[in-house]
Amino acid sequence: MANYSTNEFKGGLKIMIDGEPCSILENEVVKPGKGQAFNRVKIRKLISGKVLEKTFKSGESVEGADVMDTDLAYLYTDGEFWHFMNNETFEQIAADEKALGDSVKWLVENDVCTITLWNGSPIAVTPPNFVELEITETDPGLKGDTAGTGGKPATLSTGAVVRVPLFVQIGEVIKVDTRSGEYVSRVK
Amino acid sequence: MSHAISDTASECLWAPSASIDTLRQRAAIVSKIRMFFAEREVLEVETPSLAQASVTDVHLATFSTTFVGPGHAAGTPLYLQTSPEFAMKRLLAAGSGAIYQIGKAFRNEESGRHHNPEFTMLEWYRPGFDEFALMAEVDALMQAILDCPKAESLSYQQAFIQHLSIDPLTASLNELRLLACQRGHEHIAKQEQHRDTLLQLLFCMEVEPLIGQQAPCFVYHFPASQAALAQLNAEDPRVAGRFELYYRGMELANGFNELTDEVEQSARFDEDNALRTAMGLSPVGKDARFLAALAQGLPACAGVALGVDRLVMLATGKTQLKEVIAFDIDRA
Repeated sequence: MANYSTNEFKGGLKIMIDGEPCSILENEVVKPGKGQAFNRVKIRKLISGKVLEKTFKSGESVEGADVMDTDLAYLYTDGEFWHFMNNETFEQIAADEKALGDSVKWLVENDVCTITLWNGSPIAVTPPNFVELEITETDPGLKGDTAGTGGKPATLSTGAVVRVPLFVQIGEVIKVDTRSGEYVSRVK
Repeated sequence: MSHAISDTASECLWAPSASIDTLRQRAAIVSKIRMFFAEREVLEVETPSLAQASVTDVHLATFSTTFVGPGHAAGTPLYLQTSPEFAMKRLLAAGSGAIYQIGKAFRNEESGRHHNPEFTMLEWYRPGFDEFALMAEVDALMQAILDCPKAESLSYQQAFIQHLSIDPLTASLNELRLLACQRGHEHIAKQEQHRDTLLQLLFCMEVEPLIGQQAPCFVYHFPASQAALAQLNAEDPRVAGRFELYYRGMELANGFNELTDEVEQSARFDEDNALRTAMGLSPVGKDARFLAALAQGLPACAGVALGVDRLVMLATGKTQLKEVIAFDIDRA
């Protein structure tokens, strides 16, 4: 894998830090008028998901990480692995629990997810921004209530719990924003 | 990510990076600066942006070009000046008295939120002033332009002791490395062998963000190893007559009680070049005309360079340098 100098640092660049692939979120150069320049970099560790800051001397080189994103459709889980398929080549990839992390609660069959591969192996799964899921459990709502009040918790078919308006009932399908975990609307 | 890329591509790069309203405010500030110096009878001068010599400073990268013309058929290398310092000192040696200049300075490899490779510098020299008298004048200018509170000041040593509980003049290399590690800079600390790099790291990352938030803050008596073109302090030669000014997270100005000794100046150029060679950089030819002016006699004086773009940022509440210059490097 190529090395990158600090002059090539920018948001989205994938580099190796402490043996772990990381994505650069922000890069700022701190240069005193008289003295050494530094790059203050905010990074996300792609396996642990941790966000941290690192300082480099400007001009230093850092090893790049062989990381790529690929869009694959979710097929099924066998309990140990979650299987995804490329809809064009029909090639399949299996991701483990660690790669899925919290995303497991937003997986809907046939939805296209972004799978992050490091040296060819999946290390992260990002669900679509919006998914549609059925409500399997929630308290009965009050007649006549409209959106607005605090709402109530509802459990979805994947086990995810979101706050929904009081009028939403068991058996209804709702649209959820997976980035915030918030209810968006009912799906007719 | 795909987001950021399409945003950049769709930006109108023909249009200025600053608003016309900001440019009006900028013009008003520049004319106030000229009034400030006119009232004090400091002479405005202009010196070359392109010169035949450059600087030896290991942390400055110079743009160069070649002049071809009458008398220069073979091509003469010319360098865009990183500051007008050497030329202005030649004027002082020729008897100019107090002088100031508002002009462009050029530094390669510098670009970012607070940097543009071409920027506007205000530089002035006061014969008969020491660094403290000049700091008082910088403070007066700051208050006149920014309507800000009177500046605070503390020594480099006080700044470190107050904010990091370490004495920068006596701490060993290992003590500085350990502290840098504790502050989350282990990546640099574990291999760094230069005390000054660690001091600059700790100062930039750990001290600078904490000082000069309410009022501008002068830091004076920089270590002798970072004297640049300042005289060493007569009473405590561990420190130099160099100061810097910080305000709201920005380095605004750098000033010296100027070194006037030609032999000492030439030795510092040699030290810089030895360090450049050790770092794998090409040595830079010493500016013979500047050294000749020092040999002729530079009057005892203090001088300071102040970033005009950053001053305008503070005056207009902007957060990026490109918002106060008509066209930043990406639109130039």
